[in-house]
Amino acid sequence: MAPPRTRRPGFSRRAQYGLFFSYVAAIGLLLIGAALVLISRYNPHLFAPARSAIAEVTTPVSSGLDWVRRAIGTVPDEIGSFFGVRSENARLKRQIEAERAALQRALGMERENQRLRALLKVRDATPETIIVARLVSSSAASTRRYATLNAGSWQRVERGQPVRDAAGLIGQVIEAGPNAARVLLVTDPESTIPVRRASDGLPAIITGRGDGTLDVRAANAAANPFRPGDLMVTSGTGGVFPPNIPIGRITESGRDNATAAPTSNPDMADFVMVLRIFLPEPAPPPQPFPTATPKPKAK
Amino acid sequence: MALDLTPLGVPPPRPRARWLAPLSIALASLLTLLPVVATVPFLPPFGLLMLLGWRLTRADALRVWMAAPLGLFDDLVSGQPFGSAMFLWMTCMLLIDVLETRIVWRSFWQDWLFAAGAIGFVLIAGRFFAAPISAKVDAALLLQAGASAMLFPIASRFCAWLDRDVQKA
Repeated sequence: MAPPRTRRPGFSRRAQYGLFFSYVAAIGLLLIGAALVLISRYNPHLFAPARSAIAEVTTPVSSGLDWVRRAIGTVPDEIGSFFGVRSENARLKRQIEAERAALQRALGMERENQRLRALLKVRDATPETIIVARLVSSSAASTRRYATLNAGSWQRVERGQPVRDAAGLIGQVIEAGPNAARVLLVTDPESTIPVRRASDGLPAIITGRGDGTLDVRAANAAANPFRPGDLMVTSGTGGVFPPNIPIGRITESGRDNATAAPTSNPDMADFVMVLRIFLPEPAPPPQPFPTATPKPKAK
Repeated sequence: MALDLTPLGVPPPRPRARWLAPLSIALASLLTLLPVVATVPFLPPFGLLMLLGWRLTRADALRVWMAAPLGLFDDLVSGQPFGSAMFLWMTCMLLIDVLETRIVWRSFWQDWLFAAGAIGFVLIAGRFFAAPISAKVDAALLLQAGASAMLFPIASRFCAWLDRDVQKA
């Protein structure tokens, strides 16, 4: 069909004005959209309440779908374990025997470590788990790497807290609603984490590349000292991430940077742990003129 | 562009596309709720696909400004910066309107070409809005754009199926 030669919708003045004003509205909204993009470029968390409000509604749906997916996904495992349970039992018994000596040695070292720490009066900040929850969905259509956590400020999840699973660091909470939170994954291009090499403590910076791998740069060496197979762990610098959480293993070493594969796969993680911020900022100094403090009642 | 046709003073029944089109686009945007934690952008922008499907198969289903609020809703669930889809979807709608005054004939292949161009434009511009230039997402992004463009005929058929209540003249 050939389109009409003119856009005029007929002789009705009302229809003509309606069409005209719909285009005026369209161009106005276009400009508002451009302004919003600029605003969110410089203040990405300004619209977090709106996103959280939607996430509060959608996260239960995602959680339900996630439950269904996991229920279906365990069926092959269940069948396999039914047949493999006897041989696995024998294998695990052998393994316990083999590891008993190593365990004894480790227990001895742990006791010695505690004694030495007590001697040195090290002030320890022990990483404390806030909550164990699930990552239920993600920004799969976007170039940013966010995931949605099905726990929020009702479960004491707050902005800035690290998120890890058994295998390693997964990311950091960047927006927390009452019952859902957004996690910036370590593979996101804007995630930057101070790390060190597990073998010798060489400091480095890990940045996400956006394609599921990590970019590793040595913090102070001019040459690239990394070799494939090196394990990178968080260093605790900056006080957000607790030290010694594995984050990536070097796969490829370039001229001035190296590529690492993340140790944890957030899609395969059954549960993730939200940790307390390693060294929280000190409390603000007391106000000189306390005005709104309620007076304690006289007994 | 809605035509105000009232032959013999009897208004024709409102086609259900007027409410079904925005609803189906918003629901398509919500497909990011799938329980998959992605490491690369692999999911096509379903909301945009449905928007283009409706716009190109049935131009009067949506007011021209409807792309902006629908895009804003998409931004809330997609992880893109707030306002990105609002701006880019609206630009696509206006560009398609301008192109439609230039072309002489309509055909499905031409619609597909417009849709592929719009998808490529939105995804590539959205990548520059969202991620720093140094991010290595371009290979995945091109694959995503190609796959999304290939999905347009399905979105278009689906919109036509949703719109099947219209009586043939």
